[in-house]
Amino acid sequence: MLFRRPSDIAPSEITPKHIFLNRRQIMAGAIGSAAAIMLPAVSHAASLQVTKSPLSTDEPATSLDDITSYNNFYEFGTDKSDPKANSGTLKTKPWTVKVDGLVDKPGDYQLEDFIKPYALEERVYRMRCVEGWSMVIPWDGFPLAEVLKQVAPQSAAKYVAFETLVRPAEMSGQRGFLQALDWPYREGLRLDEAMHPLTILATGIYGEPIPNQNGAPLRLVVPWKYGFKGIKSIVRISLVDKQPQTSWNMQNAREYGFYSNVNPAVDHPRWSQATERRIGEGGIFAKRRPTLPFNGYGDQVASLYSGMDLRTYY
Amino acid sequence: MRLTATQAKFSVWLLYVVAFLPAIWMAWLTVNDALGADPVRELEHRLGLWALRFLILALCVTPIRQLFRINLLRYRRALGLSAFWYALIHLLVWLFLDRQLEMQAIVADIIKRPYITIGMAAFALLIPLALTSNRFSIRKLGGAAWARLHKLAYVATALAALHFVMVVKSWPPEPLIYSAIVATLLLFRAVQAARLRRRAEPAPLPRPAR
Repeated sequence: MLFRRPSDIAPSEITPKHIFLNRRQIMAGAIGSAAAIMLPAVSHAASLQVTKSPLSTDEPATSLDDITSYNNFYEFGTDKSDPKANSGTLKTKPWTVKVDGLVDKPGDYQLEDFIKPYALEERVYRMRCVEGWSMVIPWDGFPLAEVLKQVAPQSAAKYVAFETLVRPAEMSGQRGFLQALDWPYREGLRLDEAMHPLTILATGIYGEPIPNQNGAPLRLVVPWKYGFKGIKSIVRISLVDKQPQTSWNMQNAREYGFYSNVNPAVDHPRWSQATERRIGEGGIFAKRRPTLPFNGYGDQVASLYSGMDLRTYY
Repeated sequence: MRLTATQAKFSVWLLYVVAFLPAIWMAWLTVNDALGADPVRELEHRLGLWALRFLILALCVTPIRQLFRINLLRYRRALGLSAFWYALIHLLVWLFLDRQLEMQAIVADIIKRPYITIGMAAFALLIPLALTSNRFSIRKLGGAAWARLHKLAYVATALAALHFVMVVKSWPPEPLIYSAIVATLLLFRAVQAARLRRRAEPAPLPRPAR
């Protein structure tokens, strides 16, 4: 079978959720004692309560299997199969999110308290990786703007800076010789980008709590920017007055800008950004798709950058 | 262990077959949709890696003979040609499945993208080597000229390793490990060549006593 699947099957049917969860239970059982396998199926996390959003795309979503097995999460290794293989060690309970900087209500929030005020929405977004591939992911989350309103930024705040957890004991990519990046992983947005209704913090995928390899328990999603802007496993959100440092920009400023808006006209110095391969679409004969300016969200976000030369501010 | 002439011949043919097994395995994975989320990229990566591995193995033959007195020379042609086949399929997958024969994009990539320029250069250097990997060419060119031509393998292997380092983001270990192996093998040659040159120089005349 050279084609991955006929297109009339919904992607969510590829790995039915109960089978996927069953598999996880079997694996959990295998890791634990032999007795655990014989116990009746343990109850798994309840499905998330989510409402649909008009901001979702109606393009077919990528299968859960592809979304959770093909990841860049360098804290767990540089290969795209590493995050799934290695992120099981990450403990996401308890989890604290620090909010600090130029805000009226700074604090260390327990994750449950942090997310409690917000209703979860399903946002089906295109995700374009800077490497030239893309997916369509049904995130469950809430607008970052609501969080920002809650913590009350001061008038001097111009940017939002984010940091990922640093915990080498649980994150294999943060240990040993030859580490890929300077930890913590850092990302940032201009305040107006952060306040945009498309920008969300996600806690789920396909109506289930977000898997570790996708950035559990809390990650950023900014659909008009390259995927690496969507910082995972967030432990700190700071409001600041100057453009914050961001990890890939620190690693190679010529190749990764602060803005990193999806832009087919501005190539990565080592490869073209004009087209992309949609994961799970057509197997080895999948036709490349043209990449859209702002990943197809130009109508909503292009005005944020009016008057800016997008070649300079890549 | 001494091989009879028949055994030796048979073992070379066996190597050709064994060297092709990874390609068959990849074909099986492709047909069964088992190459993961991005099969084209996975194919490219695996084929390129096997090309580099066989280039490295071919470059190991001489040091193994000189350091351990084990002569594997009869296998070197099979190793080199296997590297060429994997490089060729790697290139074809890129042209047909990845870039989908969009000639404009392909030409632009070859000119504008250093890692692709370097990869293409490495492949181009392998072509004359593959074409002259036969007894007829050795006789025709003469042993010395043939040997000089086949020193291009050093350049091609160095370029292939560089191509691998440049295609990835950040500094993952795998390309660096392969590059270190290639660097070691080339350094071995450089040291040998320097030593030979020194030996070849005529001994300095004794200074006349004053």
